[in-house]
Amino acid sequence: MTETFHLELTVNGRPRSVDIVASHTLLDVLRDDIGLTGTKECCVVGECGACTVIVDGKPINSCLMLAAEADGADVLTVEGLAQEGRLDALQQAFLETGAAQCGFCIPGQLMAARALLERSPHPTAEEINEALAGNLCRCAGYEQIRAAVLAAAGEVRS
Amino acid sequence: MKDQGGIGAKTHRIGGVGRVTGAQQYVADIPVADVLHAKLVTLDCAHARIISIDKSAAEALPGVHFVMTAEDLPQPMPRFGPEYQDRPVMADGETKYHGEAVAAVVADTKDIAEEAVRLVKVEYEVLPAIHTLEAALAPDADLVQDPSIRKPGPNVDSNILREYRFGWGDVDAAAKEADIVVEHTYDWPSQTQFAIEPHGFIAAPDGDGIVVWSSIQHPYQLQKTVASVLHFPMAKVRVFAPDPGGAFGGKQHTKLEPLVAFLALRAGRPVRLILTLEEAFQVVRRTGARIKVRTGIKRDGTLVFQDFENHFLIGCYADTGDRVSAKGSFLSAGPYRTPAVRIVSRAVLSHTTPTHPMRGFGIPQVTWARESNLDEAAIAAGVDRLEIRLKNLVKYGEEHVPGDTPADGDWQQTVRKAAAEIGWGTPVPKGQGRGIAIGLKSGPTTGLSYSTVRFLADGSAIVFSGTSDMGQGARTIYAQIVAEELGIPLASVAVVMGDTAVVPYDQQTSASRSSVLMGNAVLNACREIQRKLKARIAEIEGITESTINIDRGVMRIADREEPIPAVLKKVLGRMGGEVVGNGEARKDALPEHPLGGTALFFEFNCTAVDVAVDQETGETTILRHITVGDVGLALNPVQVTGQDEGAAVMGMGHALMERLIWGDDGRTRNLGAIDYRIPTSLDLPKELHSFSVENADGPGPYGVKGISEGSLLCTAPAIAAAVRDATGVVIRDLPLSPERVWRALKERT
Amino acid sequence: MQAFRYLRPATVEEALGLLEEHGDRARLLAGGTDLVIELRNRWRTPEVVVDLKRIEELRPAIRVEGKRLVITAGTVMGDLEKHPIVLERFPALAEAAAVVGSVQIRNRATLAGNICNGSPAADTTPPLLVYGAEMVIASRTARRRMPIDEFVLGPGKVALGPAEMVTAIELPMDRRIAAAYTRMTRRHGTDLASITLCCGVDSTGTTRLAYGSVGPRAFLVVDESGVLADPKANREKKAPVLAALFAKASPSPTSMRAGPEYRVAMLPVLGARALATALERLGKTA
Repeated sequence: MTETFHLELTVNGRPRSVDIVASHTLLDVLRDDIGLTGTKECCVVGECGACTVIVDGKPINSCLMLAAEADGADVLTVEGLAQEGRLDALQQAFLETGAAQCGFCIPGQLMAARALLERSPHPTAEEINEALAGNLCRCAGYEQIRAAVLAAAGEVRS
Repeated sequence: MKDQGGIGAKTHRIGGVGRVTGAQQYVADIPVADVLHAKLVTLDCAHARIISIDKSAAEALPGVHFVMTAEDLPQPMPRFGPEYQDRPVMADGETKYHGEAVAAVVADTKDIAEEAVRLVKVEYEVLPAIHTLEAALAPDADLVQDPSIRKPGPNVDSNILREYRFGWGDVDAAAKEADIVVEHTYDWPSQTQFAIEPHGFIAAPDGDGIVVWSSIQHPYQLQKTVASVLHFPMAKVRVFAPDPGGAFGGKQHTKLEPLVAFLALRAGRPVRLILTLEEAFQVVRRTGARIKVRTGIKRDGTLVFQDFENHFLIGCYADTGDRVSAKGSFLSAGPYRTPAVRIVSRAVLSHTTPTHPMRGFGIPQVTWARESNLDEAAIAAGVDRLEIRLKNLVKYGEEHVPGDTPADGDWQQTVRKAAAEIGWGTPVPKGQGRGIAIGLKSGPTTGLSYSTVRFLADGSAIVFSGTSDMGQGARTIYAQIVAEELGIPLASVAVVMGDTAVVPYDQQTSASRSSVLMGNAVLNACREIQRKLKARIAEIEGITESTINIDRGVMRIADREEPIPAVLKKVLGRMGGEVVGNGEARKDALPEHPLGGTALFFEFNCTAVDVAVDQETGETTILRHITVGDVGLALNPVQVTGQDEGAAVMGMGHALMERLIWGDDGRTRNLGAIDYRIPTSLDLPKELHSFSVENADGPGPYGVKGISEGSLLCTAPAIAAAVRDATGVVIRDLPLSPERVWRALKERT
Repeated sequence: MQAFRYLRPATVEEALGLLEEHGDRARLLAGGTDLVIELRNRWRTPEVVVDLKRIEELRPAIRVEGKRLVITAGTVMGDLEKHPIVLERFPALAEAAAVVGSVQIRNRATLAGNICNGSPAADTTPPLLVYGAEMVIASRTARRRMPIDEFVLGPGKVALGPAEMVTAIELPMDRRIAAAYTRMTRRHGTDLASITLCCGVDSTGTTRLAYGSVGPRAFLVVDESGVLADPKANREKKAPVLAALFAKASPSPTSMRAGPEYRVAMLPVLGARALATALERLGKTA
């Protein structure tokens, strides 16, 4: 007997109303119920960060949050970064530096980076490494990712 | 044509926008109507005899369509594999590795499938599991594979799958000429590819055929295997190969696709199986190795002989274990002038996850031993560790393996660059150490790639290429070649990949082959378009073809120049249409060659590092990491840097923190992300610099060679050498975790 | 995971009522970074999951109340690692909180949850032991306080009755213990620790050492000889005193993170380093 829960939340600025299985995570609901597959599933133990989204302004691992916990919350996923088809400064910077290789970790990296720049608009390289330490990249494009975040931070400044 | 996005341009990756917006669809993202969900039933042990499987409770669960076991599959159980057809579609009476599927559930939802898995009751008897070389090679060892399914040969009554002997000269005689002989054994643990995207498979019946989606690196080989197992014509098997979310070799060959295909055919509907990360770790791994090496030199550092005995602990099915052991071992002696070399290489079966290629293909394991031992010899002789390498390094055009492809680059240049960048010879502060090492890998030894390019009426073009773009940026490269050859902007080029029904054959994506082989196929397709345009314009203008010349997108007709798109318009005229070019790139097999063919090119790398070691805790910090590769030409410099630096960091992970851990019972203990450690952004070298030596001396378009594996071939010996330099301790097994280094420091005092 | 009902009470009383009603078929949910993994692996299969995050009294807060610093049960690691009072008065706790997983984890993992989960390797336990923290525990009938040293029992076990929950953790502000936190991991990046260690010294010359991940729970040992806190005592004099404090260590022989010999050897190494930092901090506050 699956327990359902009526979930109401805002995703990328758009109100969503979904009847979900109570035991499903926010990752499950974003991908399977709402159809936003940009957020990725990998380790599901909060180690890899591929599932990172921003909930009420904070970057979290959506694989470890029950969707029900996000009731009433404001959620930002990678699909919400571009505005009216225009890439934001971070996304542009990721393209410039070649940060996305296979790309699978990139949505999570972008969300962790976005959250960083929101709380710390001009981070140092060390601060970036620290803020993105929960986002594994096996292609190991860390140098390009960090360069992109620095560039985007500079861009925001100017 | 750099400014238009042609070769050498720092263009944005094609497919980059999809990756930064989340629009890029990997297998798990693909919406398939009416899909059912599959989940595997596996046992919590390595090796077991299956006594019975009771599906009744599972099949009674609402929402479960059926549970498939071996008895539901064709008899005898179909088997497949890239080299030996030894892997069953599903475990049949016996499981041979921890994670081998004994049943598969198909259900309406993932939740129901998961629930049903728990309801399948398997009665089984745990059998002893072989998971070490010692156990596998013991004279009375159980046989992992029954001799009846083995290929006939001298080792069929042992766990040695295959033994290779390579070499030249007389090592035993040469040994007498050596002033210094150093012999040691080096161990490389098993590791896992750990792509961030776990493997995913979808199959759907399609009329009298089938459609398969897979995160596969070799779509055409998958197509062939599925067709063979199902007894379908290949033309009725369509493989969609979305860009894998990383592969590193671990997605090369067929694994669970045949099972999912059978599930779909039985269900009459699409069936989807996406592995968890833990399951991905169980499905493929990298082979570990034990390498015994004797290095003999003259007092001045000149190499006299190298003698190798290489054992690779592969899994319970051959998979590519034979080839990895052969190809990895063939270049054991490295890019050095060695008068006498003997190599014995054995791939040894065990009750563990079948090994699958991993970036480097056996070379890192052997390089670890060779380079470390060369350092030992140098130190024993009092010869500088850089000098001993430069002294013995072959020159451009010189053979390092008699009868095989000679050195295809100015490798001295690469080594000197690395040495200069690390500051070899300058003082190293106390507590720090410096190391340098060389890696050599051959590219493909055979190859076949086709490409089609369609030049459309408005001067835009579509490239069809069967490469799998798994992060190396293949798509972009081909578009750049077309842009260059047809003289059109990069933005006018579309690339179609990943569909065997539409894209012509490509043998595989591996061995760093694609820039060269598929690149040449694309280039040849463009050249065919150019030829057709030339012939047609000659006709139209009433001139002879010999007065027409085409170079890099521009046509010279007698005394005038015309951009190719303009020529196209003239040629097509009012009826329009398109001009199609087909290109082929082929490297034929040489059956008498030990590897079936000579190397098409080499990846040559020199890595130099400075490290600091905390001698109380054993923690190693990489201060400076220099990696230099002989790349021929960087078609897309941004992508090359990304791949080289990525490989360097991955290699650092292999050296410092990665290993699969098996329990005494052969079960894999560290499945998943918590206890298998890979580098994070906080583990990077303090400084990481990559350099490309570009002499346009490769066999690919414009002199390109393959890249992507070079930077991790010799990271481990470079780091270990630096640790030795810093502390005086020699470590011959990996990883160099803090505990391992501490233990070596403790044992020294 | 097995299906469950998701409930979110508005008060502590309501939550306790649910615990009474459902007993061990209910689990409390705070940050979820431990519980969701347990649920997914079916290591726990509750029928009811009780989300505490709507309870006003438990909402994240760090505030001084009289002579105590009160850290509510909903306070997450991310709050602790940058709070000015924590950084100034209890820096070892800030240091520990700062290394619990990644930013993403620290935005969710609560201090109370970390302790109640009862992992011997929890980073925050040693600093709380050194600083003399007390758990504030609520049942339907009463609120009680318990020193953390009595609260932590063993792997996964804490001194909570069936219908009890932690509402806050309190740190005494009326004494100054200068402390530092350190740990041993397999890589520089985020990791679970193979040793956790906190060392604190005060102006009376008492040294408090708490270390974990080397036995069923983190241990607190106190040295009142004054030797360790004596800035004039040299390494050779301190070493045997330090070594004696680690006698309780009994690291697992089968752990994948580190072998027992290494852990035993690293305890005095880390202990000496944390002690040096603690003495430095004491000097600054004197």
